Amino acid sequence: MKNLVASIAAVVVITAFFGFAYPAVMTGFASVAFSHQADGSLIVRNGEVRGSRLSAQAFTWPRYFHERPSGTSPAYNAGATTFLNYGPTDPDLAKLVASNAKAILKLEGPYNPGLTIHDIPVDAVTTSASGIDPDISPAYAALQSRRVAAVRHLPLATVQKLIKQNTDGRGLGFFGEPGVNVLALNLALDKLGGK
Amino acid sequence: MNGQGIAQILVYVVLLIALGYPLGLYMARVYSDDDFATRGRFRWLGAVERGFYRAVRVDGFKEQTWKAYGKVTLVFSSVFFLFLYGILRLQGHLFLNPDHLPAVPAHISLNTTASFITNTNWQYYGGEYTMSYLSQMAGLAVQNFVSAAVGMAVLAAVVRGVARRSRNEIGNFWRDLYRTLVYILLPLAVILGVILMSQGVVQTFHSHTTATTLQGAHQTIARGPAASQIAIKQLGTNGGGYYNSNSAVPFENPNGISNFFEVLAILLIPAGQVFMFGKMVGARRHAWMVFAAMFAVFAIGVAVNLPAEQHGSQVLRSSGVNITQGHGQNGGNFADKEVRFGIANSTIWTVATSDASNGSVNSGFDAQTAPGGAVPLVNLFLGEVIFGGVGSGLYGMFFYIVIAVFIAGLMVGRTPEWLGKKIEAREIKLAALGALFVPTMVLTMTAVAIVTKSGVASIYNHGVHGFTETLYAYDSQSNNNGSAFAGYGATSFSASLGAVAMLFGRFVPMLAALALGGSLAKKKIVPASAGTFRTDGATFVLLLVAIIALTAGLMILPALTLGPIVEGLMH
Repeated sequence: MKNLVASIAAVVVITAFFGFAYPAVMTGFASVAFSHQADGSLIVRNGEVRGSRLSAQAFTWPRYFHERPSGTSPAYNAGATTFLNYGPTDPDLAKLVASNAKAILKLEGPYNPGLTIHDIPVDAVTTSASGIDPDISPAYAALQSRRVAAVRHLPLATVQKLIKQNTDGRGLGFFGEPGVNVLALNLALDKLGGK
Repeated sequence: MNGQGIAQILVYVVLLIALGYPLGLYMARVYSDDDFATRGRFRWLGAVERGFYRAVRVDGFKEQTWKAYGKVTLVFSSVFFLFLYGILRLQGHLFLNPDHLPAVPAHISLNTTASFITNTNWQYYGGEYTMSYLSQMAGLAVQNFVSAAVGMAVLAAVVRGVARRSRNEIGNFWRDLYRTLVYILLPLAVILGVILMSQGVVQTFHSHTTATTLQGAHQTIARGPAASQIAIKQLGTNGGGYYNSNSAVPFENPNGISNFFEVLAILLIPAGQVFMFGKMVGARRHAWMVFAAMFAVFAIGVAVNLPAEQHGSQVLRSSGVNITQGHGQNGGNFADKEVRFGIANSTIWTVATSDASNGSVNSGFDAQTAPGGAVPLVNLFLGEVIFGGVGSGLYGMFFYIVIAVFIAGLMVGRTPEWLGKKIEAREIKLAALGALFVPTMVLTMTAVAIVTKSGVASIYNHGVHGFTETLYAYDSQSNNNGSAFAGYGATSFSASLGAVAMLFGRFVPMLAALALGGSLAKKKIVPASAGTFRTDGATFVLLLVAIIALTAGLMILPALTLGPIVEGLMH
């Protein structure tokens, strides 16, 4: 009985503290110290939210760098992330990879004479774990650079320089792997003007 | 091969020990020092602690026997169970429910409540469209702290039992609970939470927002108070994600730095507890050997998973695309993986989360290669004692240590001893109960679930794969891991059976551990002699690993041959 009374009192005290006070204080601190990050690293231009630096978005136009494939529905849905969950021997995975590779060859081939499937990096044809991976490998960015430069009538060197500027290196130069942030890169391209 | 990746793994291990060791010594002080935070600058903390005991009307300094300790643990957990179940059933009538979500169905509520009370975080529901803000914040998130703290408190009591001699008491539940929550989990969660926010993990009460993409489409971006919850879900080996894709989602885990701290947090407390144990019982070398046994199994997991994933899957290798590492890409099996983590950081997470009974992921397990994906599966079947859940992992390991010294004693024909205490019939019985209960229950439940009509209704894929799904579901729930194998549905039968699995899988070994601690506390120390089996050498490490592999192997291998092994042979 004594245990019961104590337990009920403890449930109330613990819930008040860990259920309300702790998240509220953490949120209050975040809004002061890290308001941009805590709010979702949103990219705002002319008062309009254009996306988040931490989420892929759909790019299909030839003038833009394209993201990795997405398994969410619709693609790049930052409101309902999901794995694709195709097993390593799944015939559906083989079909998906083949059709993704075919599309890339068709899109990039005209700008890259002699391009074959062996030149396509694996991250370009596989879905990411979140479905909204904001990065592509530097290899996939390099593959797309000739197309973007040609469509925008820019020197290839300019595009390559922008790729470099929008590549996130390893954290502290050590943790993780380098990746090119596609949304940031495309915004930088648009800022240059041109078509 | 993957030089940079291997370097990252080595730094991980070094930092895990460098931070886990002092944390272990600190935790030993928190649990042993009656005067902790009563003097000096932190005096006010001690005053708050005494205020808590007054508020709940207990004497936090009164020592309890293992029975009294176990009883209050059960009562406390039962009250929290009813409270959480009540919130889920009544959320439709309660506040903080902006989307007007109705009550969670009874069988889902039952399963979810059991899942969070037992530190499992098995999820038979979709967070965003089932749970109100109140249910998430004041219900489920609180249990990330509390279920972890209960496991850690019980471990502290059991370790005291090992350390003490000729005593009946093993500590006070309320004090252990309070001190775990306030002196260990809260400061660690605040530090980790702030690090994560600084890197970009969201922490806001603002709702979803809609962006206009560069191509003019609309994109919904889900946000919420995530950082505070993710910090404790990693530290407390809970694992339930804020987002569906868990820690693969950039809003939960934005870059290499956040990833490193999160995966460090997964093993930090379980590793630190091994050193805490060494300090509290005054047997540091023995603790290092227990750590070595755990680390050996961990290292094997990394050594199998990393090359398999870097080598890539059959489908990707025969597709013709470039999977070779170098020239601006990480290569390997990149299906359901993220660019910023690459292969090595996905591997270390896979092994850590399945060893620690955490269950969170930063890449998709289903898409892993056959040898790579076998690692988390095998880790699950080892019974979650390789580091394991906070508290529960190490007291689970104690069962195997007792069995190991018993078998060593049989081999040389002497009464077995552990840290100077004679291991007798009662201890062996408790250790056997603790070690064998869960695998026995897994097999029984799997059998029931595949021979009854209502059990079969949960299976999506028929044939061999359906058996694997069933086995995995009850193994994951019984071992309080919570990771899921896609495709085992929630019927009222499976949800209820799963709830029973989680509750018994949690509390039977917990009570067996408390009884073992109580029994050891009563014993005297006998001086070591020439015939004593040394528990501080390499022989002990080998024996311990062998006992774990043998026990798990003998129990689960027959079932594995019916499922995953047949499946592997069919391909």
